[in-house]
Parts: sequence; structure tokens; C-alpha cells
Amino acid sequence: MKSILKPLLMIVAMALGMTAAATLPARALVELNVNKGNVEPLPIAITDFQGGDALGAEISGIVSADLKRSGLFAPIDKSAFIEKISNPDATPRFEDWKVINAQALVTGSVSKEADGRVRAQYRLWDTFAGQQMSGEQFFANDANTRRVAHIIADAIYERLTGEKGYFDTRVVFIDESGAKNARKKRLAIMDQDGANVRYLSDGRSIVLTPRFSPNRQEITYMSYESGQPKVYLLQIETGQRELVGDFPGMTFAPRFSPDGQKVIMSLLRDDGNSNIFAMDLRSRSTTRLTNSTAIDTSPSYSPDGSKVVFTSDRGGRAQIYVMGADGSGQTRISFGDGVYSTPVWSPRGDLIAFTKQTAGEFQIGVMRVDGSGERILSTGFQQEGPTWAPNGRVLMFFRDSAGGPKLVSVDLTGRNEQSIPTANFASDPAWSPLLE
Amino acid sequence: MGRIAALTRNPVMIALVASLAIAGCASKKTPNSAADLGLSGAGAATPGSAQDFTVNIGDRIFFDTDSSSIRADAQTTLSRQAQWLNQYRQYAIVIEGHADERGTREYNLALGARRAAATRDFLVARGVSAQRLKTISYGKERPVAVCDDISCWSQNRRAVTTLGGAGS
Repeated sequence: MKSILKPLLMIVAMALGMTAAATLPARALVELNVNKGNVEPLPIAITDFQGGDALGAEISGIVSADLKRSGLFAPIDKSAFIEKISNPDATPRFEDWKVINAQALVTGSVSKEADGRVRAQYRLWDTFAGQQMSGEQFFANDANTRRVAHIIADAIYERLTGEKGYFDTRVVFIDESGAKNARKKRLAIMDQDGANVRYLSDGRSIVLTPRFSPNRQEITYMSYESGQPKVYLLQIETGQRELVGDFPGMTFAPRFSPDGQKVIMSLLRDDGNSNIFAMDLRSRSTTRLTNSTAIDTSPSYSPDGSKVVFTSDRGGRAQIYVMGADGSGQTRISFGDGVYSTPVWSPRGDLIAFTKQTAGEFQIGVMRVDGSGERILSTGFQQEGPTWAPNGRVLMFFRDSAGGPKLVSVDLTGRNEQSIPTANFASDPAWSPLLE
Repeated sequence: MGRIAALTRNPVMIALVASLAIAGCASKKTPNSAADLGLSGAGAATPGSAQDFTVNIGDRIFFDTDSSSIRADAQTTLSRQAQWLNQYRQYAIVIEGHADERGTREYNLALGARRAAATRDFLVARGVSAQRLKTISYGKERPVAVCDDISCWSQNRRAVTTLGGAGS
């Protein structure tokens, strides 16, 4: 298998020295408060990076698209630009940018080093304060210049919002093609913006519910390849696969623990019910967490690993429950009018995302970890399966319409919904942590 | 539900109703066609053959939404299946449990498994050896009817008894 994760590991970040403007008296710098209810997108001018022929414009285009899709930024059309940046290291004419209401300005350059590496650098300017906010340069292998652009977008996002970005990430998902009653399902991986799709299975067996490991190198998923549906582990780099556990019945709904040492999943009991087990990947020892004559599934750890949220129909219909990571203190937390499933703990620890079925529709929502403060972010005829961006600000899920599922993202305000372009139908997205 | 219950006594009729109902789902592909159900050779099915089982006994039962209870109409079908399976003991049996699309993926895998187990348990209670019976859940991943309305969903909430491990 072609190496997917390695090529960019050589990225080296270095802070760029401030230009003369940085020595000006400090003034309040432009800042986005993403915790306000209604964030007005920040007007930002992203100029084409200098050098590298088409590469410069490509990088600035990717940076611009990332920031725009976040809903927090409004990149200004390049045709409105007055100053033509010729030296990205020189202090720009701030007046020219203020007059088009660009509150922030990005300049940059890209070049090929003698050793074949790509060098990219950017500077972020506060036009109204008249100073540089940040500047960095990166060296990367030639293989994936898109990653450099995503890293720069993350740096700009973080500098302006105070929150970590989520652009230098990948998504594993199920690529679906063919008629609905004969769907070919393949494991696939792509960048969070839909670029660089690669297939990780051949479509001969049904595969479902892939989930990223915290170390970004492995995926756990469910496959019918042995006849009985079972949970597997896949090394993305090598393509090496292994069965997770030696259980007699179907295993499904796998997820990694935050430390990557365990896989938690459902195991089918002989009586037709399903309970939750955790398996230690090193010792291979298994721990039973639930023992109910009910469907207990879709377990998801809290980011500190101390708790597990899951779905159970032990009370009649499916609802969301929380328990200790040892199975103690199982407590129902969802009490709204409807059926709740697919709970996923936010990487920030503060919220649980879920799918809720009510009044003939499927909703994607979030609630606090005690079940209070439920908010619905998206409602549709058929949609399910949220996954969190690593910064806990954005969810991706899949929505069935026009004959098959497609991927959609929505931010925590519920106002910024974006479709993720995929060549075929796509379902079961799982967001990676930020790449390293 | 009542309509299907009334018709279960005549498996050929129910097969016809099933295929008509699918045809009613716009003009999308209908995997569960009359030919698939063996209708073309209904009269000629060799007793004890897989075709005999599918056509004259009925290989599938249906469930209510989010339920794995064996309905009265399904009990009739399963009793007939048990009698046939006890007569023709050469077959290993795989019971497939399926769900409609109106549930989330992982939950529906569990629901399909529960339906398959309930079907298995009913057959065992009617004397079919548990050693011959295996179950598998396809959740909502293998719909036979592919339109977005109630008539299709009700056909997808099913357990299918397959002989010799052949898929449906």
C-alpha cells in the first residue's frame, strides 16, 4: 500500500521574525470570539503565495477554502485587492487593505529547495492595528503540498480564534456505490475537505463503521469478510489487518479508547441481545461493561477515558446512557421526546453528540454530558452518525437523499452546514485527530 | 399488517403481493422479483427442494417497527418452516435478520441480530435442531425494497430462513 501518513512528517515549522511593523506600540489585535452565539465571519484577504508557479495560488486557494468553510471567515474576492503583493516579507500598505475592509491579511511565498523539499511561509497581518500577528515557515516533502496549506490554515485559524484548527486532518468513511439493494461498500480515507481519496478495501465484503485510533495509524471497523460480521483492526500504512478478539458471535460498533490501548465494542449474546465489552489490545484481555437483556451499543469513551457513553434500549426504546469505564453507575441521560442513538463524546469533553429520531425525522444534536442543554443542529429525513472535528467545534455526519448518503458538516451553532464532496455516496465518517 | 396476516396461508399469494408492493415503489430495481421468489416454477418445485421451501413454505417473516416479536402471521409461517425443516434434515440453515432504514446503523445491526435470534428460537421450540441453525445480522445493509416509504420499510424488516447457507 502506498504510504499515506509518512510523506509529510518532515514538516518543520519555524517562527518568522517580525518585520519593522511589529515594533509598533501594541494595540488590540483582531480577534474572533467563537463563543458568542452569532459569529459574524471575519473579512480576510488571502493573497496568492509568491513563487512556485501555480503552487502559490493553489496553496492560498486551499487556505482560503478551509477558512471559508469553517463559517468563521469571509475571504475577500481577489479582484477587490488594491495592493499587489510583490514581497510577502515586506510590510504591506495597510490603508489599501483597510479600505476593502480586510481586517486580516495573509501573505506568503513558496519555493523549492535544492534538496527537493518545498518551503512555504506565511505572514498574518492585522490591517487595522497595522502589525504582523504571526509568521511561520514550513519545509515539507513534495508529495502533499495540500497538507502545507491546511497547516497554514490551522495556524491562521488558531491565531485569530484562540482555538485549535481542524484542517490538517483526515476522515475515514465508507464509500458506497451501486444500487441501493446491492451497494458496494469500501473503506476509504481522504483529507477533511474531500481531497486525496484512497481506498483501503476492495468492496468484496461489506465494511462498516470505521473509527480512527488516537495515534492516527490504525482504523478499527466492522467487516463481513469472514462470513460473520466482526470487528477488525487495520494498519493504514501497511494494510495489515487483524481480528479484534476471539468472540463466538457478531462483534460490532467498535471505537478506540483515548489512549489507543483498548477497543470498546458490542458483542452479540446468544439470546439476541448485545452487550458492551472492552478489549485491551496488548494483553488481549476483555472486560464486560454491560450485562443487560437489551441492545447496548455504540459505546464512546470520554476524552479522559474515565467514562463511556452508549445507546441502550433497556428502558423500551433506544436512549443514551453514561457509565464508568469499568461499567459502574449506568445512568440514563437522554429524556427528550424521541429515540436517541450514536452518542459520541466531544474531544473537549463538554458535550455528547447524538442522532435523535422524532416525528418521522432524524436530527443531529448535542447535549451536555449530564443530558441537559439539548440542542438540535440539523434536521433531515434520514441522517445519522456524527463525528467530531478534533477541536470539538464541528460535526460531520451522513445524510441520505437523492438515492444515497453523502457527508455533511455542521458547526456547533447549527448555522454553518457544508457538504463534503465525494465522488460516490459516502457514509460513516470518522474524523482523525490533528495530524502530526 | 392485517392484510399480510390474512394472506400468509397462501404463500404464492403473499409472494405476489410482495412483488407487487415492490413494483409500486416507483420503477426502481426490484431484487425480490417473482423469479427470485421462484414463482415461475411454483407448480413444478420438487418437494424438499430449496425452491419448494421458498415458494410453498415461505422463507421470510416480517416484523413491526423496532420490534423483534414474532407476529401471529409470522408464527404461522415459522411453524410451516419448522415442519418442513424437520422433514428435510439435510439442510443447514442460516437465518438472516434485517432492519429497515429508519434506524441508525449500529443499532440496526443489533436489531437484525435480535430478530434472527427470535426466529431461531421459535424454530428450535418447534423441534428444529439448534445445531443446524446459524444466525447473521445484516442490519439495514441489505434492503430488498428500495423506496422511501412505509410499504418498503415493512418488507425490509424481515428474517429470512436460507438453506445451505445461501444468501438471500
